[in-house]
This record gives sequence, C-alpha cells and structure tokens, in this order.
Amino acid sequence: MDKTTFVTFFSGVLFSIGLGISGMTQPQKVIGFLDVFGAWDISLAFVMVGGIISYLIFQLTIQKRFSTPLLAKQFYLPTQNEIDKRLIFGAVLFGIGWGLGGFCPGPAITSLGSGSLSTMAFVVSMGFGMLIADKVISQIFIPSVIKADSVDSAQK
Amino acid sequence: MVEFEFVMPLLGGVLIGIASAIMLLFNGRITGISGIFGGMFFKQGEERKWRTSFVAGLIAGGIGLQYLNPEFFTNTSGRSLLVLVLAGLLVGIGTQIGSGCTSGHGVCGIGRLSPRSLVATIVFVFAGMVLVAIIQPFYN
Repeated sequence: MDKTTFVTFFSGVLFSIGLGISGMTQPQKVIGFLDVFGAWDISLAFVMVGGIISYLIFQLTIQKRFSTPLLAKQFYLPTQNEIDKRLIFGAVLFGIGWGLGGFCPGPAITSLGSGSLSTMAFVVSMGFGMLIADKVISQIFIPSVIKADSVDSAQK
Repeated sequence: MVEFEFVMPLLGGVLIGIASAIMLLFNGRITGISGIFGGMFFKQGEERKWRTSFVAGLIAGGIGLQYLNPEFFTNTSGRSLLVLVLAGLLVGIGTQIGSGCTSGHGVCGIGRLSPRSLVATIVFVFAGMVLVAIIQPFYN
C-alpha cells in the first residue's frame, strides 16, 4: 500500500466515523433537519457548523504554510467561480433527491458498511445517475461543460 | 438527551473537517464525496486509485460503526425501495450537474469561502426543505 492510498483510506475512515456519530447516516434525522414546517430537528445543522469552521481554520493554515501538498505535486482546487444555471439546476435536483431519500452521497456510501440492501440500491442508482448526467444531460449545458472539461484536463 | 443533539453532531462535523483537511494537506484535493465517487468511474490510473481507497475507507468505517453499534444506521424514514432508487438517481444527476454535494460544496466549499458553493448549499438545502414540506405529511 503506497502512502497516498493509506492516507486517503484513513481520511475516508475518519470521515465515515464523523458521519456516523453526528447522525448523518440516519435518514430520519436528515429529513427531520429539512422538515422546517413539521417536527424540525435542528441538530444536524451543527454538523455543518463543526465541519465548516474546522475546515476553514485547517485550510487557511495549510494554504499559508505549505506551497505544495505532502504527497501530491500541487493543490487541485476548484477554479470555477461562476454561479450559473448548471450549478443551480444541479443543486435543485440534488436537494430534491436528498429530501426524498434522506441520504446524501457520503452517508449513503458509509451505510453500505451496514449491509443494508436499500442503501445499496440507492448507491447503485446514484452511480447510474452520475453516468446519465455525464453522458446525456450535460449536453444541455454545453458552454459550461466545455469550461468544466478544460479545467479538468488542465489538472491532469 | 438535549446535550447529545448538538455535542455529537458538532464533534462529528469537526471529524469531517479534520478528515477533509488531511485530504488537502497530503493529497491536495477537496473532499467532495460525489466527485470522488463519480471519479471512480470517470477517471483512470492514479486519479482513480486514491478515489477508490477513500471510498473503501468510508465503507470500512461503516463496517466498523455497524460492528460497534448498529443504531448508527437506524432508518425509520419509511421510504420504500422505489423511492430510494428515485432519490439516488436524482442525487447522482444533481451532484454531477451541480459539481458537488453536502461535503464538496457544504463543508469544503463554504470552508474555502467560495460564493459558488455557498449559493449551491443554500439552494440544495432549500430544495430539500421544500420537498420535505410537500411529501412529509404523507409519511407522518
């Protein structure tokens, strides 16, 4: 196992523990967080608060002290700044799916570890959705797709 | 139990922040799960390798959590298999088109003070709230 494989695996393990202890892997809690007009349960907002504040501090420190990452040639950070139709449309679809199932990608993948068949179906369907979006639906947004692709290939 | 409701989520959030910071410090990448998962299909070689090991780490962690306490995966949402399949499809399409999910936009993006990610997060949280407001009465 090379160093990058080990570190990224470790990061994945840590991330899943964070999701598990916070309650993100329990769809009814996620739905409770989104259920503003019903039995609103604000507790999962603290996951974002904890995540954002700690990441903000860490990333500022890392960017200040390191010109390159420890195991990669460079930092691969998003360069797109545009708030376009593609971003909004995608976020709307994602939000609908999130509320519908109570799962976003991280908790769904983590929940595969529980052996739940319904989560497995969700994840397979999610992968299929990504393939569809990549092959078909992105064509609608050709101008921004070309930009996104050029950013992608510049990073390779 | 009031304590649990914000201490554990806050602690979990900080762990997620640390995991994402480790990814940035060592591998120089943003920890966006939808992008990492999708990249397992769309990328090759080294680019596929680290994404696969991260996803393997998520699943391994899930197995560990299940072993420690299956209640981490309690699901009383009442959603049927068909609804979950539809939800998965929408999450897959939406995150691919919108270039990110709760982790990439919600945690890392806002943590990088990206206006684009802030807008995306507000939009998907709002869309989720509207959807839940419409369908939840049928589940209660």
